[in-house]
Amino acid sequence: MAPEVIEAMMPFFKDLWGNPSSMHYFGGQVAKYIEAARQEAATLIGADPSEIVFTSCGTESDNAAIFGSAEAAGSGIRIITTRVEHPAVLGPCRRLKEHGHELIELGVNTPGQIDFDELKQALAGGPAIISIMWANNETGVIFPIEKIAAMVKEAGGVMHTDAVQAIGKVPVDVRKVPVDMLSFSGHKLHAPKGIGVLYIRKGTKIKPFLVGGHQENGRRGGTENVPYIVGLGTACQLAATNMKDEATVVSKLRDRLEDGLLKSCPDVRVNGDRDHRLPNTTNISFQYIEGEAILYHLSDLGICASSGSACTSGSLEPSHVIRAMGVPFTAAHGSTRFSLSRYNTQEDIDYVIQHMPAIVTKLRALSPFVKT
Amino acid sequence: MYQMWDYTDKVLDHFRNPRNVGVIPDADGVGEVGSMACGDALKLTFKLGKDGRIADAKFQTFGCASAIASSSALTEIIKGMTLEQAEKVTNQHIADYLGGLPEQKMHCSVMGREALEVAIANYNTGDTTKKILEGKVICTCFGVTEEEIERTIRDNNLTTVEQVTNYTKAGGGCGQCQPDIERIVKKIQEERKKAAAATAQKPRAMTGMQKIKLIEETIERDIRPMLQRDGGDLELIDVSGDKVIVSFRGMCAGCQAAHVTMKDVVEAKLHEFVSPEIVVEEAKS
Repeated sequence: MAPEVIEAMMPFFKDLWGNPSSMHYFGGQVAKYIEAARQEAATLIGADPSEIVFTSCGTESDNAAIFGSAEAAGSGIRIITTRVEHPAVLGPCRRLKEHGHELIELGVNTPGQIDFDELKQALAGGPAIISIMWANNETGVIFPIEKIAAMVKEAGGVMHTDAVQAIGKVPVDVRKVPVDMLSFSGHKLHAPKGIGVLYIRKGTKIKPFLVGGHQENGRRGGTENVPYIVGLGTACQLAATNMKDEATVVSKLRDRLEDGLLKSCPDVRVNGDRDHRLPNTTNISFQYIEGEAILYHLSDLGICASSGSACTSGSLEPSHVIRAMGVPFTAAHGSTRFSLSRYNTQEDIDYVIQHMPAIVTKLRALSPFVKT
Repeated sequence: MYQMWDYTDKVLDHFRNPRNVGVIPDADGVGEVGSMACGDALKLTFKLGKDGRIADAKFQTFGCASAIASSSALTEIIKGMTLEQAEKVTNQHIADYLGGLPEQKMHCSVMGREALEVAIANYNTGDTTKKILEGKVICTCFGVTEEEIERTIRDNNLTTVEQVTNYTKAGGGCGQCQPDIERIVKKIQEERKKAAAATAQKPRAMTGMQKIKLIEETIERDIRPMLQRDGGDLELIDVSGDKVIVSFRGMCAGCQAAHVTMKDVVEAKLHEFVSPEIVVEEAKS
């Protein structure tokens, strides 16, 4: 978390404890901080503050967008999404399918991009709700969301995008990209975990997901998480200021890491579209070895990464994203994601590059798939 | 250190400093199990000494920390054993040697036991060094046979499909074989129950009326709402002893999957809440 965010939040645990929905003085005082945070969130994405709904996380935003617009659309609707979405989108889409709605999951090619002809064909089938992510959480691959949203609007569809990964990393502007709904989450902006936003464009037909309260203008019942909303507001402000660092400083660090690893370790591949990617993410497969084992060795060195291997998630299949991209099994289990931020330094990067070859050599010496 | 899994120090030690890594070139027994697609694979080789005991054992493993640790532990366990002793090593021995494994990682210990079994078979018969699937393949995603599932359930006293998946991976891919696994779990539970019934006392007897009431309650509370969600329904026709006669209504009537629903939903719930002896049948129309 950003220190500025923590500082902004602290008074709301101590002195400013009023419930913003209360009529008394304490409540009213708190409500104006929520409205200030709403303004910051709106500014970050080019929205009107009235279009911002605070939620408990990115997953809630995705669920609220998909279930809420499906309910508003009525029965027998069509849903279009991709095979590489976050489970927070795939889950609700598949649930709607179980309830008798039609679901189309678009595939991706090796770099992780969708086929526009396939999308066009899917859109031609009649009115639909479309949920396609802005940027992928495992590979950082950015979809041409402006083009996709324009196609969806032309076909008369309702467009939602999960921008959890993209927010604060690349410019996200709903004045330029005609999405109807957009989800993002606080912790990706160095705000705390447990706070999210759903942007709902004026005029979008949607029913509230959490009912039973008048909060958020009737669009999301439930007592507001005041300190977290305030923290998110500060984080949005910081993100707007720091975004240029992402494109310059962070992407340079990422490229240094990627190039360094490709050079120092044999049989390594980068997963994803290197030309259309978030500046902070790299997904690298170390062939013939397994991701969890890599992560444990990295962790021993104080390096945090994540993996698309089956073993890290407790499921038995490797990442659905990596598999959808047709990455062979020799590389899928050893896929490792490094996410950087403006808090990383060149020393951090060089430390990883320096230690990774030994880890790879050690694990490959154990692997029955490496011919010696 | 940050940990994804709650591994014991012994697991982490064997992962960080694996014992007996490599391949014995002129091995007496070789066992290979798993595959790249499965996400883990193990090649075990051993050499017998003049005394007939395992003088050396080496392994190569592709897999996660606990797969590496389990393989390392296996080689340490079997060194010095006669083949008769080694044949009796179960996956539980491997897990115990490591001070336990997380439930979802038990399949790593099962992989160790399988490799040992194949290596011993290779020594005894000179046959293939790879695992040959014997019997009916239940899980096609991970290539697990009925025999293997049954053995693992017995060795580890498993009672649920989820446990079987944790121990053998079966059912952890597309999930289509889960009803088959459930059938195997039930079959072995029945065997156990019969064995237990021979020694233990019968449970508290219910009167006929009490039983019918309990059946009606269970149908109302746990079965009908589930069927109604899919546009179906069910009516209780008769109860005679442990035999319960029902009739499907709505979407369930004539549904291809009705017999599955009968076993997995209706009978399972009545077993849970009324008596494990109950047999459900559909009324003949």
